[in-house]
Amino acid sequence: MSWQGKILRVDLTKGTCTAEPLNMEWAQRYLGQRGLGSKYLAEEVSPKVDPLSPDNKMIFATGPLTGTAVSTGGRWSVVTKGALTNAIADSNSGGYFGAELKMAGWDMIIFEGKAPRPVYLHIEDDRAELLAADYLWGRTVWEVEPAIREKHGDPMLKIASIGRAGESGVMYACVMNDMDRAAGRSGVGAVMGSKNLKAVAVRGTQGVRVRDPKGFMQAVATARAKLDPSPVRKSFTRHGTMAMMDTANRHGTLPTRNCREVQFDGVDKVNVATMTRVRLSDGKANLIGNKGCFACSIACGRVSKIDPSHFSVQGKPKYLGAQGGLEYEAAFAFGPMAGVADLEALTYANYLCNEDGMDPISFGTTVAAAMELYETGAITGKETSGLALPFGSAEALVALAELTARGEGFGKDIGLGAKRLCEKYGHPEFAMVVKGQEFPGYDPRSMQGMGLAYATSNRGACHMRAKPWSDDFARITPDNKANVVKASQDEVAAIDSSGICFFATNVWTLDDLASQLDAACEGGWTAEKMREVGERVWTLERTFNLKAGLTKADDTLPERCLKDAAKSGPAKGMVAELGKMLPEYYTLRGWTADGVPTNETLQRLAL
Amino acid sequence: MLKSLHIDPDKCTSCLLCELACSFENEEVFNPAKSRIKVFTFHDQGRYVPYTCTQCAEAWCMSACPVDAISVDRATGAKVVSDDLCVGCKVCTIACPFGTVNYNHDTGKVIKCDLCGGEPACAAMCPTGAITYVDADWTGYDKMRRWAGKTDAGPQAHA
Repeated sequence: MSWQGKILRVDLTKGTCTAEPLNMEWAQRYLGQRGLGSKYLAEEVSPKVDPLSPDNKMIFATGPLTGTAVSTGGRWSVVTKGALTNAIADSNSGGYFGAELKMAGWDMIIFEGKAPRPVYLHIEDDRAELLAADYLWGRTVWEVEPAIREKHGDPMLKIASIGRAGESGVMYACVMNDMDRAAGRSGVGAVMGSKNLKAVAVRGTQGVRVRDPKGFMQAVATARAKLDPSPVRKSFTRHGTMAMMDTANRHGTLPTRNCREVQFDGVDKVNVATMTRVRLSDGKANLIGNKGCFACSIACGRVSKIDPSHFSVQGKPKYLGAQGGLEYEAAFAFGPMAGVADLEALTYANYLCNEDGMDPISFGTTVAAAMELYETGAITGKETSGLALPFGSAEALVALAELTARGEGFGKDIGLGAKRLCEKYGHPEFAMVVKGQEFPGYDPRSMQGMGLAYATSNRGACHMRAKPWSDDFARITPDNKANVVKASQDEVAAIDSSGICFFATNVWTLDDLASQLDAACEGGWTAEKMREVGERVWTLERTFNLKAGLTKADDTLPERCLKDAAKSGPAKGMVAELGKMLPEYYTLRGWTADGVPTNETLQRLAL
Repeated sequence: MLKSLHIDPDKCTSCLLCELACSFENEEVFNPAKSRIKVFTFHDQGRYVPYTCTQCAEAWCMSACPVDAISVDRATGAKVVSDDLCVGCKVCTIACPFGTVNYNHDTGKVIKCDLCGGEPACAAMCPTGAITYVDADWTGYDKMRRWAGKTDAGPQAHA
């Protein structure tokens, strides 16, 4: 129980949908979602596959706790080989779609091949069929969701889809669900677009059962009693992830103007205070409320209304209603990273990322790279569709968001991502990326642990594969970071395989999670068993990447972080000390000096 | 004291924990499709509204039922469907002005809120206090108090 025990295999080339049993032996070793999805991918797909070819597969995976009443138990993942990174990708999303898929009786959907014409998948419990999506192609996520509900006369359908970015091959396109939730990173939306799959619409009425119902509700209540009253939960509810803006700036870890600086002089214009302050123009605040994903007692999601007098929305009434508001990662990338100190412009760019399914982190960081290319004269108005791209230009940010979402003009170049863009124009050093994926909102020079986490992340630069925050904020020196990061990576891999949200575990220990998981599932789940699963998942991903052709040389950071010292803040004068941390990290993992898991390690993890 | 479910949509975040609690209490399965309470999302307004039976004093569903399958629970005031008597004719679903009685095709019976015998699971599970179980005669108490706090004539009234 808690797993549904069933997979839907969709062959897009042949147009068939087939049910098959979930491999329960693998479920015990890889749990679900990220871990189990990665196991299926590694078993079925050659690591050398071209991510955008029909031979790549794409897996929608839930975890055993997805669809249960565990707080935050609504997560799901898209697992595939990433278009952006050429590495294994697991992009995790919330909203309601994942739980609905589980309610319909499925743990996973495996998509293979490529549809000859645009299609969408319609699932109603056991029944699944591919339907023509020609009428949906070219339309945005915000148009697709109501259109499919209307066509089926079913207002309760939950939908995951790609916008125009996924169709036109923006390398960091997302799979969106529930209007503004995203499986955001590594270009999983580009993979979906390459398969001519526009959307998946699900209605589930079968429900999710747990192993020990009474014990489970008791474990859930105990865990809620710890999570709900905590100051961490309260901060997430009130301020969302945006609370990080001021914290990151104070700590000198706020990536600014393409990481040339680590603190932003305009931070006061893009922080929580500005988001909640009543505007002079219309007498209202940008932030109008918060919302939760499925089963979440935190509800960190922001709901915003943009300033109707802002230049970006003139003559565009569809953006004036309530929409998903800025989260820290989007705000840092459009704001400090691009030097833009205009919260309403950031809000608009965020709307466009949701509407057409683009990863705001990668988009913003790519815009920042383009601004540096422009400033140094490597590109001019000739390449940029006539746009001036100085750092700090809200007009440029807004125009590039529109062009990229539509796949027009210079937007096509921005859609390449920072690495390919900077290589194209002869300055690879301007790309703030690891393994081709753009930096999130933490500069590695003042967060050494985060730097190591970026460098070793199996899906490229990422702040969600480990959680070194408290240690990094307490200590800016690189000693013992390898230990912190390795342990945290294993924990997070287990959390991401369970069906709950990373954020709940800012309060819960792995023991708190294991007691809920054990009441839900067979297998005698303990924190220890979860850690073992986490390490196995991490090493499996690593092995996939090595077979794909990645090497130790890819476990690195941009030169800027390794050679140019931080100019201000607590870490002033410091660089990222990767050279000190990486060998220690490999040893702790049981890998060779070249970053290859030893036979002994593989055997220990039963890989 | 007779109690009543009280809904404050301003506090709802649309987490659906009420729907999970409801289906679990009644069917021992997490399944919003079988919930007696439902949260509605008004995306463009940023509003989320839980909605369920208000236990009308003069209950249309009860009057309409041709087989007297709906009766009043004297302890809670809830209008309760008897599965033994319900024939699944759905007349109550038509009679209810608010749509809060619905048919369950798995069982062939109708389902509606029965206040869980006086301990509503939805209210217990709600993380924000959007759903509470309060004095039936004073559902407006908190709201009155809030507004009363704003009609301030100063710390001491003048004679």
